[in-house]
Amino acid sequence: MREEIARDSRVFVMGEDIGARGGVFLATDGFEAEFGEDRVIDTPLAESSIVGIALGAAMNGMRPIAEIQFADFIFPTFNQLLGEAARARYGTEGSVSVPMVVRSPYGGGVRGGLYHSQSPEAYFAHTPGLKVVTPATPYDAKGLLKSAIRDRDPVVFLEHKRTYRLVRGEVPEAEYTLPIGKADVKLEGRDLSVITYGLVLHHCIEAARELASEGIHAEVVDLRSLRPLDAAAILDSAKKTGKALIVHEDTRLGGIGGEVAAIIAEEAFDYLDAPIMRLTGPEVPAMPFSPTLEAEFMLDTARIADAMRRLARY
Amino acid sequence: MKVELPHVGESVTEAIIDRWLKKVGDRVEKYDPLAEVVTDKVNMEMPSPASGVLTRILIEAGRTVPMGTVVAEIAADGEHDQAPEPEAQAAAPLDTTGTLLKDVAPVGPTGSGGPAAAPETARKPSGARYSPAVRRLAAEHGVELDQVAGTGMAGRVTRKDVQDFIAARGSTAEAVEEAHPPDEERIALTPIRRMIADNMVRSASEIPEAWSAVEADVTGLVRLREAIKDSFREREGVGMTYLPFMLKAVAESLRANRLVNSTWSGDAIILKRRVNLGVATATTDGLLVPVVHDADKMTVADLARSLDDLAGRARRGKLTVQDVEGGTFTVNNTGALGSVIGKAIIFPKQAAILNTEAIVKRPVVVADAIAIRSVMNLSLTFDHRILDGAEAGAFLADVKRRLEAIGPDTGV
Repeated sequence: MREEIARDSRVFVMGEDIGARGGVFLATDGFEAEFGEDRVIDTPLAESSIVGIALGAAMNGMRPIAEIQFADFIFPTFNQLLGEAARARYGTEGSVSVPMVVRSPYGGGVRGGLYHSQSPEAYFAHTPGLKVVTPATPYDAKGLLKSAIRDRDPVVFLEHKRTYRLVRGEVPEAEYTLPIGKADVKLEGRDLSVITYGLVLHHCIEAARELASEGIHAEVVDLRSLRPLDAAAILDSAKKTGKALIVHEDTRLGGIGGEVAAIIAEEAFDYLDAPIMRLTGPEVPAMPFSPTLEAEFMLDTARIADAMRRLARY
Repeated sequence: MKVELPHVGESVTEAIIDRWLKKVGDRVEKYDPLAEVVTDKVNMEMPSPASGVLTRILIEAGRTVPMGTVVAEIAADGEHDQAPEPEAQAAAPLDTTGTLLKDVAPVGPTGSGGPAAAPETARKPSGARYSPAVRRLAAEHGVELDQVAGTGMAGRVTRKDVQDFIAARGSTAEAVEEAHPPDEERIALTPIRRMIADNMVRSASEIPEAWSAVEADVTGLVRLREAIKDSFREREGVGMTYLPFMLKAVAESLRANRLVNSTWSGDAIILKRRVNLGVATATTDGLLVPVVHDADKMTVADLARSLDDLAGRARRGKLTVQDVEGGTFTVNNTGALGSVIGKAIIFPKQAAILNTEAIVKRPVVVADAIAIRSVMNLSLTFDHRILDGAEAGAFLADVKRRLEAIGPDTGV
């Protein structure tokens, strides 16, 4: 983000507590001192205005990065995002576009309870005109965020908040971008495909390594973008292994897993050697606050490994 | 008009087009033979369904196709000149071949199999269902899925099982090609040889066989035959061998020992009400087993006439499907080859097979004195799932008793 603000004078950030405080997860730590209050703007606690102002700025040639402090509070921005931003370029036959990024930490497992743990990605991924990016590694986060900032369309950029502390990885100092809409095979395998995104990617990789010692070689595909969804990568892997397990923390009905499963069923049916399986968060209204129940909600390596074994054995 | 491979019997599900007798463009009359067709039962000629001109051959010689497949097209007389059917339609039956093969019921190479509808549940519980990947691979590589051992959940055939099967088959084929030094000769399998092989492997791998033999004193039978054979030939025009007597004794013993005249269906034993005896017959093409239907209702003379007719047509390649279908028990007359003891392999779907061995003169003890008698061995291979030693032994004793009871006064 710092590199992009420095690189392009049209880029600025806005959000709650992002200035002097540096953001609740310190994503903009030191930005205000470096770039000044005009480009690092603290806003009132009003999410619809944050995105509304960003939308207007984007339509007028700026490249705003709006931060919604927790994705749980993103719902007041639905009208701005779905009603306006997603449709602006289409509705104006290309004369007005919205090169805006809405960043937001999402996901559970941090004792956040009902209001600081939600996974809202499916709502946005359903909407043509938006792009939805869910990086899971530091390297992907930097490359994809740069692409999102430079994209001429609105991008909902969702960062799993537990990966901030839990995941460490190499990030080159040098300039690079990663294309939005391209999945990444994080681990090659031949026996089954595990298709996932976000925090659980790391549990999937851990489970796959565990299974490799049992002679089961799982391929782990990180979707990285949920819209556009990389159907080609999904199909390549599913055709290769003939078995697909889709894993996400978000709840099941209407989740991304259903869409991935449908793509495989439609396009790779003749290659399937087992029913498509999903492992997702449970169908309960919210992440519980109790640590015991929160642990039950969150997927872990053991549960993912069990599902992988079941599918491999089928 | 389309020419379909005709359905010739419910247990014949597929056939090999062995040779086309007509070329595209040839004039054919109705009932003219179009092609020679080999099934696992019989060889037959496929008659033309109409008079006209053969316009297309859709299945080339050497291919195995399900019965009912459109194999050729004829421009029948009086039929207006029609554009040939589109390629896609013509090709459709080809695509079904690979997947249909899996449903082929095991039948004897010689017509000894039971009806194809008999359930075969014991073999592979989940065998009826295959994943799309497995079906696709099997179709692409011509794999018969019931030959693939499943390692998946509950014995399911997995994609990897099929891949391994194809790889193993490939390497075997290569090995055959390589291991072929100049001092060896390779004989390509004829369709009937392959079918015999498949059925023997199936029988050997599926049926837990047991074996038992008894010795019968057939001096009386030998004397009777000596006494009547010339007059019989004069009267009936056919020779009188020992075999009709054997069949008579076997048929009567099967009536008295019904379990021997049965089939194993996986979850039940199916007793057969009719006694249809298959008679193994060597031909230049390979082993055939024509069937004497309702042998238990025939006299020895009837049996002699029936055998003469069937054996003659078997050797001339003129058996019909009816001639080889419906066997419920098989008699293997190994005595004709001089064998004195041997163990036959049961034809799938039957409970047992009896070898009637050579009749030889031997010194035997009769009433504490040594006498020269004509004796023969009767050896029975039986499916131990259906029969135990007691039932098999009782059946053998019955056949022995009936043969030993024959004397110069017995009517034929």
